Amino acid sequence: MPRIKVKRTSTVTDMTAMCDVASLLLTFFILTATARQPEPLAVSTPSSTYEFKVPVENNAILTIGQGKVFFEVAGVKVRAKTLELMGEQYKISFTPVEIQRFSAIGSFGVPIQSLKSLIALNGADRMKPGVQPGIPSDSTDNQLNAWVLNARRATKEINNQDMRISIKGDAKEEYPVVKKIIDVLQKQSVNKFLLVTNSEAKKK
Amino acid sequence: MTPMVDLMFLLVTFFILTTVISTPQAMDIAKPDKNEKLPENRLELKASKTMTILLGKNNKVAWYMGVAGESAPTIESGSQIEDAIVKNRKAADASGVAGDFVVLVKPTSGSTFQNFVDMMDELEILKVKVRQIDDDNILDNEKQFMKEKGIL
Repeated sequence: MPRIKVKRTSTVTDMTAMCDVASLLLTFFILTATARQPEPLAVSTPSSTYEFKVPVENNAILTIGQGKVFFEVAGVKVRAKTLELMGEQYKISFTPVEIQRFSAIGSFGVPIQSLKSLIALNGADRMKPGVQPGIPSDSTDNQLNAWVLNARRATKEINNQDMRISIKGDAKEEYPVVKKIIDVLQKQSVNKFLLVTNSEAKKK
Repeated sequence: MTPMVDLMFLLVTFFILTTVISTPQAMDIAKPDKNEKLPENRLELKASKTMTILLGKNNKVAWYMGVAGESAPTIESGSQIEDAIVKNRKAADASGVAGDFVVLVKPTSGSTFQNFVDMMDELEILKVKVRQIDDDNILDNEKQFMKEKGIL
């Protein structure tokens, strides 16, 4: 009885081309990925279906969590200028080295009086819990107000653009804490904010 | 070479996923101006077209139409408010009174940031064009009602 002959081929294929593509993609993604800055105050933002990107420039981010508020302004030059203006206001002189080191710090939350010692710390020590107690925002010593105002001034001066203010609040944070911060901003006639959220799929 | 390719694809997948997720989105909101010197900034709302939503404790909300105290508020869980908004908007549009349907959001001290964001998001999804945030003028009868129901 004649049997049908099945042609057998080897299962081993040449992987070189596939490997090339994979490594090319890998290199591309590693290079384009922006390393996430470690944040001294970790918050988990609520999610929403809004599709509006947080601006990269001309933006200040107020991080609210655990009843504390941290401040960050975008742009190295703007940061340096903001610190200069803050120094003038609070009669603290910062050396050029300190200003340069400060412009590399992202989010921070210390009273201006202890900012010098924060700048002197290295990156890992700054992230330790308890080092940064938050920016004072009480009516007696409203440094948050000063930071926002000076950051707006610095942004206007350097980029000639109006600064947006983003609020990055923790989902579990109680509303009165957020309200207190918003009230500080509204005193400066800032009535428009961006609330930073995670993106969420639109439900139909 | 197969394990090497496997590993590479694993890494590629990892980088693809992490880069997409980490882009934060923002919600654009505006609050009413607080400048007392400009009374013309104060807006009068039509009672029959205004729905007030109070955000309370434990993800609960209370809502009522029109003037506070005239109609009893309804307590609902925050995720079910959608139907009430749609229903009230239909009724308001059918009433024939000129003007837009307005939703007044009042986050109280019991609510969390999450509740507030969810509510604003809901209004955006439902395309409620006129929405106001008011956290200063929480009326006494509103507070009293919410206390009675245990959501403040």
